[in-house]
Amino acid sequence: MYWNEEIETMPRQDLEELQLKKLQATVKRAFEKIPYYNKRYSEIGVYPEDIETLKDIEKLPFITKDDLRESYPFGLFAVDIKEIKELHSSSGTTGKPVVSGYTEKDLDTWAETIARGLTMMGIGEDDILQNTHGYGMFTGGFGVHYGSHKVGAAIIPISTGQTKRQIEIMKDFGATGLIFTPSYGIHLAEVALEDGVDPKELGIKAIGFGAEGWTEEIRQRVEELFGCKAYNIYGLTELMGPGVGVECCAQKGLHIAEDIYYPEIINPNTQEVLGGDTPGELVLTNLEREGMPIIRFRTKDLTKLTYEKCECGRTHARMSRITGRSDDMIKVKGVAVFPSQIEKALLKIGDAEPHYMIIVTRPGTLDEIEIKVEVSQDIFFDGVKDMMDVQTKIAKSIENETGIRVKVTLVEPKTLPRFEGKAKRVIDKRNLH
Amino acid sequence: MKIKQLSIFLQNKMGSLAKPLEVLTVADVNIRAMCMADTSEFGILRLVVDDPIKGKEALEENNFLVKLTDIIGVEMNDVPGGLTSVLDVIKDNLIDLEYLYAFSHNKEDKAILLLHAEDIDKLIDVLSKNNIPIVSAEEVYTL
Repeated sequence: MYWNEEIETMPRQDLEELQLKKLQATVKRAFEKIPYYNKRYSEIGVYPEDIETLKDIEKLPFITKDDLRESYPFGLFAVDIKEIKELHSSSGTTGKPVVSGYTEKDLDTWAETIARGLTMMGIGEDDILQNTHGYGMFTGGFGVHYGSHKVGAAIIPISTGQTKRQIEIMKDFGATGLIFTPSYGIHLAEVALEDGVDPKELGIKAIGFGAEGWTEEIRQRVEELFGCKAYNIYGLTELMGPGVGVECCAQKGLHIAEDIYYPEIINPNTQEVLGGDTPGELVLTNLEREGMPIIRFRTKDLTKLTYEKCECGRTHARMSRITGRSDDMIKVKGVAVFPSQIEKALLKIGDAEPHYMIIVTRPGTLDEIEIKVEVSQDIFFDGVKDMMDVQTKIAKSIENETGIRVKVTLVEPKTLPRFEGKAKRVIDKRNLH
Repeated sequence: MKIKQLSIFLQNKMGSLAKPLEVLTVADVNIRAMCMADTSEFGILRLVVDDPIKGKEALEENNFLVKLTDIIGVEMNDVPGGLTSVLDVIKDNLIDLEYLYAFSHNKEDKAILLLHAEDIDKLIDVLSKNNIPIVSAEEVYTL
């Protein structure tokens, strides 16, 4: 089953021709309409007419999350605000957030990618899809929502939380498809079992998940608990949202909608472009975006691509499961957290930057994050109450900065490991990679 | 009059008390009185020693986090109700004590009570007016 058979099974040569045409148009528009690209490309003497082959994309500089942040809020829009129909923002908040703007056509393109994905998962007009992704500035909720409308499924926009109600609705409405983050999915299943509801009996046909790291073991556990297949969905706000890549029934990698996103893999250290089947950092380019075309975005996600035709018949490249990050970002409870945010939060408490360590664990099914902070003179007091206040203040400050609740542990000076050169601040004990 | 107490930050884990004590042994600093305030994760070790400055330096050289805190010591009768009679005076004058600890004196029938309050000068004032003898710091250091 294909949503868009002609495009999804297009011979690679034809697909590449289509990509080149779209890339040329995108670069031309970006250069003409967005001062950022005009300036950067002019500075190094690269112009839209220099893009004669797909390989010529390598002449263009990369764009990073920092560039996007500096253009906050609307600096990278190629259209007037009156053409923009929707605005979203990234979940990670290192300083200014990243804003994403969509025209009517962009929303349709976004829905198209999700519609292809839902079809890969076997979700169609007969289905009832319960979407536990958050509805709001986060792109996860709405992306799935629009795609579901496109395939004609009945969507339950329940959003995250209220676990008991989720289970009740799932049962009463007869949901056949579920969208969740893997850890929330396992939590849902466990709560259901406690309440005497076996998730396997609910008649769920397919599950789509994303927004956080997972392993094959986690997938197997989800599939066992719900008695159906679970498919990975990949995407990021900067490029549009979820739907950049979705797994098909073969479950051998996520098909990137290559007529909409142009993928490259680079060596994160040398920035050299690598070929297929070689692990590296994923770089993405919007080939079909009016509101905010992003060209050569460094995702920092580590993966590899294969261009081999899939057993499902699709010709679009497949990316493997994300195996890590080329920077020190961690995803906790689906939220992106950078050590720099923790640093910033700690600096608001004392006069000196304290030594700290971030420890991420998943004791049951949900993530927990602990921040160990070395106590220094400026935050040491003789009273136990005062020290408890310091602990609470640090936790509050971190919550304000990152949006997640953490456990703060105060430790003695010079007891955390010291590093020469780049500090390793994060210990991730979840074994997600 | 005020006693310099050492307050040391420690994590609440097995053996964490041994290290600072060893540092003080090596530095030849003798402990006169001690008390430990603890939570499930950390604690504050409070020590009165014979040479607070030397003790602080030795501990800091060994990476301990130390603060000198002013406390006072009063002499009380080592009899049933001795402690209560001192505390009643403090309470009646609306002073909120942060913490206290006590040990017996080498003088017969006397004990020493160590006290800490946010406004330590007011505490001294109240005790003096009520004829409760405050012991000098030197006396406590050299007991």
